[in-house]
Amino acid sequence: MQIAARHLDKITIFDVSGDIDLATSPQLRKALLRELRELKMPRVVLNLGAVRYIDSSGVASLVEGLKASRDVGSRFVLFGLNKTVREVLQLSKLVKIFEIYENEEQSVAP
Amino acid sequence: MLCVVRNAVGELTAKLGFSEPDCRAVVRAVDEALTNIIRHAYLGNLEQPIDASFHRIDAPKDGQSGDALEIILEDNGVTANPEKMCGRALEDVRPGGLGLHFIRECMDTVEFTHSDGRNRLRLVKILHGQTSPKGS
Repeated sequence: MQIAARHLDKITIFDVSGDIDLATSPQLRKALLRELRELKMPRVVLNLGAVRYIDSSGVASLVEGLKASRDVGSRFVLFGLNKTVREVLQLSKLVKIFEIYENEEQSVAP
Repeated sequence: MLCVVRNAVGELTAKLGFSEPDCRAVVRAVDEALTNIIRHAYLGNLEQPIDASFHRIDAPKDGQSGDALEIILEDNGVTANPEKMCGRALEDVRPGGLGLHFIRECMDTVEFTHSDGRNRLRLVKILHGQTSPKGS
């Protein structure tokens, strides 16, 4: 998995690619929690368009990000969900609890 | 290493003729099962052995016999407490506890047994014949 951060005004956008699994999900979790809990960014956006695979530990990292955003009053947004990622979120019945958009433009809109 | 296994299982299921969603389901189930073994049976130790075998079998399907893929995963780690192997309620939104739910949702049969100091997980996925098998 590779994760790169971009900043747009008071929004952090993470471009994630590759596989999010047992070995790599701690890296994603750490990046999300730093941005949300430590830096208290008002909005953190996750671009999942290039994610090839995500397992339950990856989903758990997303849930931790969501919980952290609720704790600090930020927004945690996902976009670019491909078939694989959407399938896993549907399987875990979590699609409805996340703020999900089709593209980056919608994700960073005021 | 999990990535290598996922690719191999993906190729195998495609070759056996599983549909794309079923290929992804089997890959997900095997990956989650291996992750559970590493995390819970071997307490995070990545150097411990896991035996995996894959068999094409006849399995009951609509009162008749049909092709299926049987996967056996065996380890020598800590035996899970059956009472803790029920997953969690999905309405309870919190990290963790999804792996077992994924395995059960993805496979037709999921059986845990323990004998002679070894944990054994048997997974079966019935081949629904949506595409023609490319090999045996």
